[in-house]
Amino acid sequence: MFRNQYDTDVTTWSPAGRLFQVEYAMEAVKQGSAAIGLRSKTHVVLACVNKAQSELSSHQRKIFKVDDHIGVAIAGLTADGRVLSRYMRSECINYSFTYESPLPVGRLVVQLADKAQVCTQRSWKRPYGVGLLVAGLDESGAHLYYNCPSGNYFEYQAFAIGSRSQAAKTYLERRFESFNDSSRDELVKDALIAVRETLQGETLKSSICTVAVVGINEDGTNEPFHILDQDAVQKLIDAFEIVKEPATEAPAAAEPEGDADGAGASDAAQDPPAPAAADEGAAPMEI
Amino acid sequence: MSRFSPYDNNGGSCVAIAGADYCVIASDTRMSTGYNILTRDHSKIYKLADKCILASSGFQADMKALQKLLAARHLIYQHQHNKQMSCPAMGQLLSNTLYYKRFFPYYTFNVLGGLDNEGKGCVYTYDAVGSYERVGYSAQGSGSVLIMPFLDNQLKSPSPLLLPAQDAVTPLSQSEAIDLVKTCFASATERDIHTGDNLEIVVLNAGGIHREFMPLRRD
Repeated sequence: MFRNQYDTDVTTWSPAGRLFQVEYAMEAVKQGSAAIGLRSKTHVVLACVNKAQSELSSHQRKIFKVDDHIGVAIAGLTADGRVLSRYMRSECINYSFTYESPLPVGRLVVQLADKAQVCTQRSWKRPYGVGLLVAGLDESGAHLYYNCPSGNYFEYQAFAIGSRSQAAKTYLERRFESFNDSSRDELVKDALIAVRETLQGETLKSSICTVAVVGINEDGTNEPFHILDQDAVQKLIDAFEIVKEPATEAPAAAEPEGDADGAGASDAAQDPPAPAAADEGAAPMEI
Repeated sequence: MSRFSPYDNNGGSCVAIAGADYCVIASDTRMSTGYNILTRDHSKIYKLADKCILASSGFQADMKALQKLLAARHLIYQHQHNKQMSCPAMGQLLSNTLYYKRFFPYYTFNVLGGLDNEGKGCVYTYDAVGSYERVGYSAQGSGSVLIMPFLDNQLKSPSPLLLPAQDAVTPLSQSEAIDLVKTCFASATERDIHTGDNLEIVVLNAGGIHREFMPLRRD
């Protein structure tokens, strides 16, 4: 009822003790296309849905490499995300220039959170309209953080943000206890399945999703943050998707027994796709 | 009282030779101060990009600072352009970086070697404040006065003004260039006290980077 009176600028509290501009900024994150992150003891995987606005345009970049050991996936206002990624890259470069060692992820997210907080306490600014899933590796292991426009940050085993992320979160909640001990490939598979959950019926193809990984290999060498190549992703998708069954079942909870046996009965959510799929073969534009 | 000097010369020599499709960059690994040796095992060669390698001699602290700065700038370039810097681009960046400190220079004598955008070998040679030129071969450092005349004798093209016209110098193969570099350093080591111990040779070509070492006189 009072919402409209107290939401004009970010420096006005509501009688209930809320800052509506900040909450509206979090709404912007919910409107963006989904981004998902999962972590194990040794690896972190980021995956996101990359839908082009029209057949004519390129896909928006939602995953950014920040340094060899840190990457970020964004949801919400991608322009804000791009600017924050540039800030993160610059912080990493300056830290490793001064200390000759990689910036610990926990430090970076605090700096990011402090930067976001500033925008919630200046009358001439607005909060950043982007949520960031920060994936990174440091001496204390693999980490996944979520940074909000509010200036809060949380560490997660697995998380999803953006539109229809609840479907992915439901899947992740069911499976998260096993993630810590997952292998890298199992983690990537789980990420792709979580992405598929957000698509609600549309076929999962590598042309509409992007997957990135960072981690430590079994032999101790680092796997630097990198985005997986489209063909590799398509092969992984094909590996766990068996021929679609024509009979429609309840779309909810249609998750295959996601174990490496590959016999995952991927049913329900894979009704033969009717519309869209016009971005068949459209490759994201490399900028 | 002698005034505090912010500089020191840690000695050593660097050479680079450009070939048709390769580049050889070499330097000794001795680090000295005055008449003393600090270490026999310090590399003066630094890889800046996939196709661009910097060899510098002079004041080691300034060399290190310069390498770090260029590496950070390269990272920024990669984030902005989604590709590695080419050798000519890095050549210009190095020149600008050196001139930026025109009135408190980096005490470094640099030679930049790599492959240009067409895959041909390229060598850029610099002075301490960034004056640079693309050449076919160059030597810098304490032994350069001994090495450069020898390289001129072996590699310099005949003047186009000569009559009758003489052929351009025959192109050197990669292994010939490496042997030439080894000969240069063996000779420079004899007469330059700051050059010696070990020779580090880096070869850059379409197949990637290859590194080898050759012992030099340790006296």
